[in-house]
Amino acid sequence: MENFTPYSALAGGGLIGLSVSLLLLYNGRMAGISGMMNGLFSAPKKEKIWSGLFLCGLILGAFIFQYFTNGSLQLRQGYPVLLIIFGGFLVGFGTRMGSGCTSGHGICGVANFSIRSITATITFMLSGMLTVFILKQLLGAA
Amino acid sequence: MKINLVALLSGIIFGVGLALSQMIDPNKVLSFLDVTGNWDPSLAFVMIGALVVTMLSFRFILKRSAPVLDSGFHVSRQTIINRPLLIGAGLFGIGWGMTGYCPGPAVASLGLFSVEGIIMVVAIYAGFFSQHWLANK
Repeated sequence: MENFTPYSALAGGGLIGLSVSLLLLYNGRMAGISGMMNGLFSAPKKEKIWSGLFLCGLILGAFIFQYFTNGSLQLRQGYPVLLIIFGGFLVGFGTRMGSGCTSGHGICGVANFSIRSITATITFMLSGMLTVFILKQLLGAA
Repeated sequence: MKINLVALLSGIIFGVGLALSQMIDPNKVLSFLDVTGNWDPSLAFVMIGALVVTMLSFRFILKRSAPVLDSGFHVSRQTIINRPLLIGAGLFGIGWGMTGYCPGPAVASLGLFSVEGIIMVVAIYAGFFSQHWLANK
């Protein structure tokens, strides 16, 4: 567990909680990121604009952090592209079919004590762990 | 107008949170999912940090009759646990475990000029469109 970073994890999580709270208090919206991404192409125009701005903010926030910490975040190199392509497809397909991702179900839904979101969160956590186990331990990939 | 400003500001805070907690790093996420390996519980602490704030704030916010800038809350009242929810979440978890990216970090990683992030976002959209197509067939 030598890579465990409890303090920055809690602080970063607190910021995410603050962001989600602001969006609910002012705009009355749950910060579901897969839903916003999807909304960019399918929602009414008004929805597209705020969703797009939130996603731009997400990109900007990461950029600002990287800029002010002098490039502290390293990019992963040499990860199998096929895994990204197939995995990315499943992330897109699965989050639409299951109406949410880590932000919508995992944070907003759980905070709202939604039984649907709690079930979804346990499901994707377990299936993610099982997938990593199979990829890493049995096939020796990644 | 104000709604858009709040959305942008919330997005920035969320992005800084993902970067500070290193959840933007897919290997960090994979080492959380790798429970039988060199396990890194950081992701659970990110969830705890976020949930401590939201569980408190949501109770007060949702007591209001409406949000500050809109006439009502847009909150799902669905409670049914059905097959699409379980299969969808299961498939999402497989993709998450294959890549180390969920949608938020995938988008945020564009701010680090990550080529992997670009491929990931495009693949996510391919998944969205395929799901729409299948669902509407």
